Amino acid sequence: MTESSTYNYKVVRQFAIMTIIWGIVGMLVGAVIAAQLAWPALNFDVPWLSFGRLRPLHTNAVIFAFGGCALFATSYYIVQRTCHVRLCSDQLAAFTFWGWQAVIVAAAITLPLGITSSKEYAELEWPIDVLITIVWVAYAYVFFGTIVKRKIKHIYVANWFFAAYIITIAVLHIFNSLAIPVGFLKSYSIYAGVQDAMVQWWYGHNAVGFFLTSGFLGMMYYFIPKQAGRPVYSYRLSIVHFWALTFTYIWAGPHHLHYTALPDWAQSLGMVMSIILLAPSWGGMINGIMTLSGAWHKLRTDPVLRLLIVSLSFYGMSTFEGPMMSIKTVNALSHYTDWTIGHVHSGALGWVAFISLGCMYYLIPRLYGREIYSVKLIEVHFWVSTIGIVIYIVAMWVAGIMQGLMWRAVNDDGTLTYSFVESVEAMHPFYVMRFLGGVLFLLGTLIMAYNLWKTVAGSKPVTASIPEPVGAH
Amino acid sequence: MADFTSGFWSWFIGITTALSIIGLFVFLIKYSTRKSKGSSDEIETMGHIWDGDLEELNTPLPRWWLYMFFITLVWGVGYLIFYPGLGAYAGILGWTQVKQLEAENQLANETFGPLYEQYLNTDMAVLAKDEGALKIGERLYASYCTTCHGSDGRGARGYPNLRDDDWLYGGDPEAIKTTIMQGRQGAMPPWEGILSHEDIFNVTSYVEQLSGRQVDTMHASLGGDIYKTNCALCHGEDGKGKYMFGAPDLTDDIWLYGGSQKKIMESIKQGRNGNMPPHKEFLGEAKIHILAAYIYSLTE
Repeated sequence: MTESSTYNYKVVRQFAIMTIIWGIVGMLVGAVIAAQLAWPALNFDVPWLSFGRLRPLHTNAVIFAFGGCALFATSYYIVQRTCHVRLCSDQLAAFTFWGWQAVIVAAAITLPLGITSSKEYAELEWPIDVLITIVWVAYAYVFFGTIVKRKIKHIYVANWFFAAYIITIAVLHIFNSLAIPVGFLKSYSIYAGVQDAMVQWWYGHNAVGFFLTSGFLGMMYYFIPKQAGRPVYSYRLSIVHFWALTFTYIWAGPHHLHYTALPDWAQSLGMVMSIILLAPSWGGMINGIMTLSGAWHKLRTDPVLRLLIVSLSFYGMSTFEGPMMSIKTVNALSHYTDWTIGHVHSGALGWVAFISLGCMYYLIPRLYGREIYSVKLIEVHFWVSTIGIVIYIVAMWVAGIMQGLMWRAVNDDGTLTYSFVESVEAMHPFYVMRFLGGVLFLLGTLIMAYNLWKTVAGSKPVTASIPEPVGAH
Repeated sequence: MADFTSGFWSWFIGITTALSIIGLFVFLIKYSTRKSKGSSDEIETMGHIWDGDLEELNTPLPRWWLYMFFITLVWGVGYLIFYPGLGAYAGILGWTQVKQLEAENQLANETFGPLYEQYLNTDMAVLAKDEGALKIGERLYASYCTTCHGSDGRGARGYPNLRDDDWLYGGDPEAIKTTIMQGRQGAMPPWEGILSHEDIFNVTSYVEQLSGRQVDTMHASLGGDIYKTNCALCHGEDGKGKYMFGAPDLTDDIWLYGGSQKKIMESIKQGRNGNMPPHKEFLGEAKIHILAAYIYSLTE
């Protein structure tokens, strides 16, 4: 069998395995800092174990290491299989794997040492930013080069979403990270004051929009129809919601800066576009869930499909909650509270992590030519993690709304009813609950890792030959 | 800085936004009215097959979803007519976040102002025994003072204890009120480079002796001479400090920046800078009047 007649599964396999490993690492760090919030002594007065340094390690690990590897693995798999060609360059694909791992390791070293650009979700210093840019350009070359070689003229919908995510993330990363280096590990942003804040949240919100939404919708559009064995519900809906989502998301960043030095007009625009974003976001959920029409019974017997569909439910819930929280009046209560943390995690755990893990259940056994070791354990994973998410977000809802109400409560003489520290004290039980929720989610992922280990242990990697496209094209 | 550096940017924002929303309307109408390929009611696939079995149906857009999309667009247009958003256009309501803040402040002042005003003409020493005033004072203290002076009022290193009778700028109600109203800058200059290490060690011994500690008398007496030349101006000949400079009393064994020999030497070598921010603009005199009475009442 010649190289060109088979798919490049090697790079997919590498990224898929690292998805599981980095997922566990990132979630573990999350559980540690959740414990620190409940019991602050757990930082042991060691600087590199302190919350301020581990928190960016957690966010970078789960978003860019876990989520990033999942996106690389699935996009490389999907683009090959829906274009019926091998990746356009094996060497560059391998470079993206090792380059991305180098970025992650560099992050894991520098962040605990306190080396940071201090931009949220973009803390890495400039040499690492440069490496990210190089890897990303190689990624874009491999992805689009493969699209160019495709054997089917129509580009499958999943690939549109991956294309939007790859292009937009490149633009966001480059412009947000523009900085003047003053040393090998120190730089200053070229933006200042409120402009810096606006660029930061233009980046931050669209990292959510294009990295954590568009990219994962790409996964959804392949793995749900595959796992359900049903055609995608509506081609037309996919066109409308794709363009509306891509166009509208990029405006929404200013809703992170309500009631700040950001001019009123920018705040309002961000809010209006966030509300308009509701329907485009829900388009993806509808298209995914309705793909099950005629196959609903499979939800009872297929825990992987259930994982994927529940992830869409969390996606729908988060994308309703987001526009609601962007309304100035609601934001006045929710801003700076743990409600925001709850909102993020219903999206991050419920949507991003669940769909990624569901895809890995589909992908990894196929990459090794095995059946999954235990369907029962997938069931256990599903329930342990789902309960974990629910505990987590309920705790944060209660904590957040309570904080918001405590901060604004006034006595009959106009003085504040609660001092700040009283609101901190009131959080303790909810922080303990959140920690337990997080630990349950991590436990579910460990069960999955064990299940996958038993599945692939002793097996040989599969070499898949490229089938001829069926039907008229 | 003004939001817009030239009229161009205002128009740029306004026109781009208007065109974008109109574009979304047009896009949506186009895709919701175009007929499906097949004329029958049956929903057909698009006729493409990827990866063996991946197909797409061409189901029309769900009506409820479409209506929801339209409603949010119409709402958005309405919001941008009433509120700022289209560049420099202020919106029919003329709302700004600064105006909202001012209106809320005004309402609060009208509602609660009289409550505070009624205490303003009462002597603070009297208020310090008035239960109603003390309750308000305690709440004000909890909101505005605890971060530095602690919820128990006992301060922390660099932040004075408000419960003892040791005062940097005077402990009578008027002095406390002035401190809160205008803030204070307590500067101890650094002596390293001016005095030798030995001199600093000796003067430290002298200062420790002032607080009644057992020290080497020879060092202390040498330090005494240095003290008289360099320190007495602010801290007084007797070491009891001067309110005028906020210079602490050195005889009471109370130490704002730590009382170990090492810490005292550090204070002399490196100097210290204490900063109490002014609150007059922020809280207003009426509230500060009550707050000062409360703090006066804390002295044990």
